Amino acid sequence: MSTLESQIHTAGGLGARPVHRFARAFRSGKEETRYWVLLTLLLLLGLLASLGLLLYNNPVSVDSPSFIPVVQRRFVAIVAIFIAAACHSFATVAFQSVTNNRIITPSLLGYEALYSAIHTSMIFFFGATALVNFKGVGAFFLQVMLMVILSLILYGWLLTGKYGNLHLMLLIGIIIGTGLNAVSGFMRRILSPSEFDLLQSRLIGSVNNADASYFPVAIPIMLLAVLCLYFFSRRLNVLSLGKDVATTFGVKYQASIIYTLVLVAVLMSISTSLVGPLTFFGFLVAILSYQAAPTYDHRYIFPMAFAIGFAIMTTAYFLLYHVFHAQTVVSVIIELFGGIIFLTVILRKRSL
Amino acid sequence: MPRNMTVEVESASQPLFSKRKKIWTFPFMIALLTVIILGIVSLFTGVYDIWGQEDGWDMFFITRIPRTVALMLTGAAMAMTGLVMQLMSQNKMVEPTTIGTTEWAGLGLLFVYLLFPGPSLVLRMTGAILFSFAGTMIFFLFLRRVRLRTSLIVPIIGLMLGAVISALSTFMSLYFNMSQVIENWFIGSFAPVQVGRYEYLWIIVIVTILIFIYANRLTLAGLGEDIATTLGVNYNRLILLANALVAVAVGIVAAVIGNLPFLGLIVPNVISMFRGDDLRSNLPWVCVLGMGIITLCDILSRVIIMPFEVPVSLILGTVGAVVFILILLRQRRSRRLR
Repeated sequence: MSTLESQIHTAGGLGARPVHRFARAFRSGKEETRYWVLLTLLLLLGLLASLGLLLYNNPVSVDSPSFIPVVQRRFVAIVAIFIAAACHSFATVAFQSVTNNRIITPSLLGYEALYSAIHTSMIFFFGATALVNFKGVGAFFLQVMLMVILSLILYGWLLTGKYGNLHLMLLIGIIIGTGLNAVSGFMRRILSPSEFDLLQSRLIGSVNNADASYFPVAIPIMLLAVLCLYFFSRRLNVLSLGKDVATTFGVKYQASIIYTLVLVAVLMSISTSLVGPLTFFGFLVAILSYQAAPTYDHRYIFPMAFAIGFAIMTTAYFLLYHVFHAQTVVSVIIELFGGIIFLTVILRKRSL
Repeated sequence: MPRNMTVEVESASQPLFSKRKKIWTFPFMIALLTVIILGIVSLFTGVYDIWGQEDGWDMFFITRIPRTVALMLTGAAMAMTGLVMQLMSQNKMVEPTTIGTTEWAGLGLLFVYLLFPGPSLVLRMTGAILFSFAGTMIFFLFLRRVRLRTSLIVPIIGLMLGAVISALSTFMSLYFNMSQVIENWFIGSFAPVQVGRYEYLWIIVIVTILIFIYANRLTLAGLGEDIATTLGVNYNRLILLANALVAVAVGIVAAVIGNLPFLGLIVPNVISMFRGDDLRSNLPWVCVLGMGIITLCDILSRVIIMPFEVPVSLILGTVGAVVFILILLRQRRSRRLR
């Protein structure tokens, strides 16, 4: 930001009298206070809901010896929610900034299709036992690697060189996803019903699917990627101004974009292979956090996005588990909300 | 300037419109012949032995002929709707699958299943047609309001819109325990086509005739609202009409056959690569190529795991995705996408 700040200083200095102007993240102190209050409230809400998920309606009493194991079992789901929220919020915000477009999400890029293709081909080529055995750290690592490699190929092929074009890359990513879906649909058709059932339970996204044995690998990688993105915030601020402006400010545009997109790919693959596909969750989180954080500074948007994502996920799970008793449709309902908001945003847009 | 070059320039500057572009050219005859041969192959592809069995010829008339007719009609319908939509939106990447029309049709089907238990085919068709009309109109409304920085954003938004609608369908089908309806529907297949279950597809012939009648006006509309209005076209009414035609074709195909991805995208793009963008002289080509591709895919789908059948939409989806990407890359080379 220092380059930007000095630019603004010189621009201000050109006038008749030198005006001292700050390039601060918020327009006023009031907005800044509002931001911090909102962030705290959201974090508290998330914390409260996760406590509720852990403790509420526990079938055994507090003094029973099986109380702790029950809480531990439930804690796995909370950790999965935490990872999914962090991955989707950071990935979507960063992705929208580099693509310069606030209505697309990285989950469009075919990670889910690849995820379901990996699992379907597993059971298709190697049988049901292979799919059952296809878990643990090795399998997780393999999935994440495959997804990151695919996105690297996609980026390297379509973003570099003189024909590099971000939107073309996006569209081709989506189409590859559709094609992969058709291929795995084709394979699913040939499976026996029992194999199909086994596969189906794997493919529907849910935090209850999360395998705790992945955590020792998933959490460090996720934290690393998230921190990398966070410390890249200042660069992202400039990148979100568009290619021309960013280049003028001395940012290596292509390198920065590929760096960001690789991190996005890592985050998305972790989340997808841990809790399954969530298409509009990231979009929902990002759009809400732009409303809640009236700033363009990623150092403030990122934490807000994470707080919102975590609060939404935990509250949705808590409400649907303990108030509405609709356990199976949580992810579908979040998707639906995201979708509806997407529709309203699109119909109010003036330019893209 | 050499003499022959002047002649060339002059002949190129002649209006390509009018009688110069004949429809019944030699390549078109060959294409037509190929499709007819494909149709005959389709008639004689299948597990049931027509020549050997006693009731073989009954079977032939009950399933084989309806299936082949259905293939021809659907192929033409999907290819044409793609072409009309591309003209209307002035965007080469628009077709029923990329702007969510098919998902809307699916939602319409689901609604009909919810409101009327065990609905008839007419009811299902009406639901699908109404919803695809609404969906297409919403998308066109959005396109007209929004200033676009790149034409590539249109299919991206459209596909996301489709995903929203299908999330809605999934939610409803899960909630009302009808996921099987949607699951079955999203995989388009010609397997259940037989006498008594496909006849509504003939409505497509009417749609085709209407599109032929309006072809010139639609071409003008493809130049944009301002130019079309200057040339004396009632733009809004034409858009409404074109969308209605598209919705009827898509809705009927959705109710009878199911989802057929990418056909409307590939065919018009391939044709316009070779022949430019005159709707009237391209229409026959688009119809014939659409018929050919879908018949070929259907024959493949019946042969590939022989005693059984694969839904044709899966083959179309796979092949279509590859062709779509190739088209995009080709345009990238020629720098048309800027």
